[in-house]
Amino acid sequence: MNRIGAGEIDGLIRAMALDTGAWLKRTGRGDPLIIGIHTGGLWVAERMRRELAIDSPVGELNITFYRDDFSRIGMHPRVAPSHLPLAVDDRHLILVDDVLNTGRTIRAAMNEIFDWGRPASICLAVLIERGGRELPVQADVVGRRLDLHPDQHVKLLGPEPLALEIKKSE
Amino acid sequence: MTAHDTQLDQHGRLKHFLTVEGLSRELLLEILDHAESFAGVGDRAVKKVPLLRGKTIVNLFFEPSTRTRTTFELAAKRLSADVLNLNSSTSSTSKGESLQDMLHTLQAMHCDMFIIRHGNSGAAHFIASRVSPDVRVINAGDGRHAHPTQAVLDMFTIRRHKPDFPGLRVAIVGDVAHSRVARSEIHALRALGVADIRVVGPKTLIPAGIESMGVTVYNELESGIRDADVIVMLRLQKERMRSALLPGAKEYFNSFGLTNARLRAARKDVIVMHPGPINRGVEIDSEVADGTRSVILQQVGHGISVRMAIMALIMGSLAPGRETG
Amino acid sequence: MRLSINGGRVFCPASGQDLVADVHVAEGRVAAIGPAPAGFRPDQQISAAGKLVLPGIVDLCARLREPGAEHKATIASECAAAAAAGITTLCCPPDTDPVVDTPAVLELINQRAAAAGKTQVLVLGALTQGLQGEVLAEMQTLKAAGCRGVSDAGRAVGNSEVLRRAMEYAAGCGLTVFIQPDDPQLRNGGAMHEGATSTRLGLPPIPASAETVAVARALLLAEEAGARLHLGRISAAGSVSQIRAARERGVAVSADTGICHLHLTDTDVDGYQSLCHLAPPLRGAADRDALVEAVATGIIDAVCSDHQPHDADAKAAPFSLTEPGASTIDLLLPLLLKLVQEGKLPLARAIAVATTAPARILGLDQGRLERNGPADLIIVDPDAEFVVTAALLKSAGLNNPFLGRRLRGRVLATILQGRLIFQQ
Repeated sequence: MNRIGAGEIDGLIRAMALDTGAWLKRTGRGDPLIIGIHTGGLWVAERMRRELAIDSPVGELNITFYRDDFSRIGMHPRVAPSHLPLAVDDRHLILVDDVLNTGRTIRAAMNEIFDWGRPASICLAVLIERGGRELPVQADVVGRRLDLHPDQHVKLLGPEPLALEIKKSE
Repeated sequence: MTAHDTQLDQHGRLKHFLTVEGLSRELLLEILDHAESFAGVGDRAVKKVPLLRGKTIVNLFFEPSTRTRTTFELAAKRLSADVLNLNSSTSSTSKGESLQDMLHTLQAMHCDMFIIRHGNSGAAHFIASRVSPDVRVINAGDGRHAHPTQAVLDMFTIRRHKPDFPGLRVAIVGDVAHSRVARSEIHALRALGVADIRVVGPKTLIPAGIESMGVTVYNELESGIRDADVIVMLRLQKERMRSALLPGAKEYFNSFGLTNARLRAARKDVIVMHPGPINRGVEIDSEVADGTRSVILQQVGHGISVRMAIMALIMGSLAPGRETG
Repeated sequence: MRLSINGGRVFCPASGQDLVADVHVAEGRVAAIGPAPAGFRPDQQISAAGKLVLPGIVDLCARLREPGAEHKATIASECAAAAAAGITTLCCPPDTDPVVDTPAVLELINQRAAAAGKTQVLVLGALTQGLQGEVLAEMQTLKAAGCRGVSDAGRAVGNSEVLRRAMEYAAGCGLTVFIQPDDPQLRNGGAMHEGATSTRLGLPPIPASAETVAVARALLLAEEAGARLHLGRISAAGSVSQIRAARERGVAVSADTGICHLHLTDTDVDGYQSLCHLAPPLRGAADRDALVEAVATGIIDAVCSDHQPHDADAKAAPFSLTEPGASTIDLLLPLLLKLVQEGKLPLARAIAVATTAPARILGLDQGRLERNGPADLIIVDPDAEFVVTAALLKSAGLNNPFLGRRLRGRVLATILQGRLIFQQ
């Protein structure tokens, strides 16, 4: 299998929304703020917000300035700025990304969130979880687990329609 | 090797920032885009991003300047770098040590970046061609030659108000002969495709052969700013005011000072800029400087994000190579 | 010492000779060109087959830096470099430290040059005491001690009345006045020629009038004072036209230009190239072309090296803070030949401007290769190609703007007064 189509993804996201709702209820976390990581996480977050009927707009996190590979790669081109519409202090956050792999993106995202303020909690929801963790990071909500070879690369295409592509890395 | 050759590495990436001359439109726009990303950092609780953490940046200012030096310092600190300030009264060149020798001493301290402002044209290029391969240099103003970061922040400001560069009419007014800002502005505007650039001033303050830089010369204010979209006012230094070059500030203001009445010659939506500090009543009237068309205060704010973008970009050129795709 | 130089192409613009012949030297003079005189037995024979045999070069202006600036160069180092460059006689200006305004300094230079035993050194005396432009120098005394003329060495006399009187006095002593025309107030602390390049680089400009106004003053005052005037290191087209007009009026004026100004222009300064920081500055292409034409037509009589060796620190600073001047003595001949190779000058003219003309200006018998004339001559391979590198330069000054360039023409041997002072 190397492609997951729009219909199936929508189904996964609906399931994620349900699981997130349940998680929040179980842990007593109300009035959450949803934050998506550019670019794929943002597309998923928008859909989850609609499913969860959250009023406040989706926060946009661009973790480029918090990456750990600046000295290896330098500046990335065309960086859209991070934008959090509301203060994060004492709020329960839902952090959304498309793919969880090494865990470095989430590490950077959490560092950036804490430079904006001090949230009460963070719930991590990812569309695809694959192995290959290099840091102790785990998702609270997962759309689908994929068991991939290290030189396989998964990418979310969008914003409309969404599609997941699995390719061999160059 | 010209200044604009020294500043690019073998991959064509910016490794120093010495002059706007020779930069492509794409690279300039990339810097402006990066600056937009940095613009929000000042709104955060922690006004920092960790990009340059652990790096040491040295402000080497041989000409006094509180405004520019402070902006660079703030920009460096917002990138989480450590900053060292050396100004001319504390530096040893005032005791006769040559620039070259001072450079050797500083290099032994393993600093990552020098930001240099010096009274002689070519000083930044001189330093950049002599530092070790890992060290980065930014020109904060060298003699009359260039003030590239000012030009970029002015382009950033213009883009926020009038993004269609090729269609713009831009007038640069004042002591063009002695202005490094003017020269850098001209290069930046040309690179971004502005076709109608005017330099306006008394004949004694317009340098020889400037038409070859792609501008039209006007020795009269009203015709120079007619239908202009952007007016950049230059500061007239005190020593020029009563000298072999000009009879005095009063006559200068009467002929070239920007007042609301004279501003009517420009477009209704003209923006008025000034690199600062302004001489009220000499090159510009308070009513204009504080008026609705003035974007002078915005320029100051933009200076930090633009300098953050430039510092991050050139420090990032130390990276061995960018991933493709 | 008797010498025979065999089979070379003997080329002498002064006498109009151009033939393949042997040259025989005895007692410091040319004994014969062609067959050897009866009973002539040479102590040494040098083959010059396929090479040029020319009069030794007379360099009108070269600085030796001694006394006063020995960290840059010395009489010994520069005379050795001159000899290797085919220069048999050179003339140095009086701006040593101390200035050549007393016989004592002149004698010091003469002694050092004699000790070096290479190129013959002539000295110009100061026009005013200390080159301060206020009080006349003891020109009669300097002449008696051996000065070939008097000069302002480029330090303009501020007061025109002083200049006029100095010229009058020099004329009375029978001395030519050597002026390097410069108006310091118009020059106004500038670093390079005023034009599109100075504007783009933001370097303080030197207008052409900084030279042309000084040329006008010197010509008019020399005319009125009845003095012989030599204008040194002309750089601007506007100076050339004035010299032509003055000569047509009958003013006794000669002129030279530095070899760099026949090749380089203000655009060579681009990139803040301090090796191209010269005084007078390199001017525009139109000026350079006017200079080349003036050399070709004879309005500019002579070409000199304007050799100014510097230590490395003098050129290692932002442009305006570097000292002006290029080290050129090693390349005077190949750079003259380059103008011939480019079709800008005939060979006869290129050689004449560095031999006959400067000799005439200095009142010397040298600069010619003729029977019974002085045996100052050089053997040159005009086709030998080389790349200019620091290792190749014999001068102590490595501040040569032609580093890295490919040139043709090498000196194989230099003979001064019948004595071999250099051989490859």
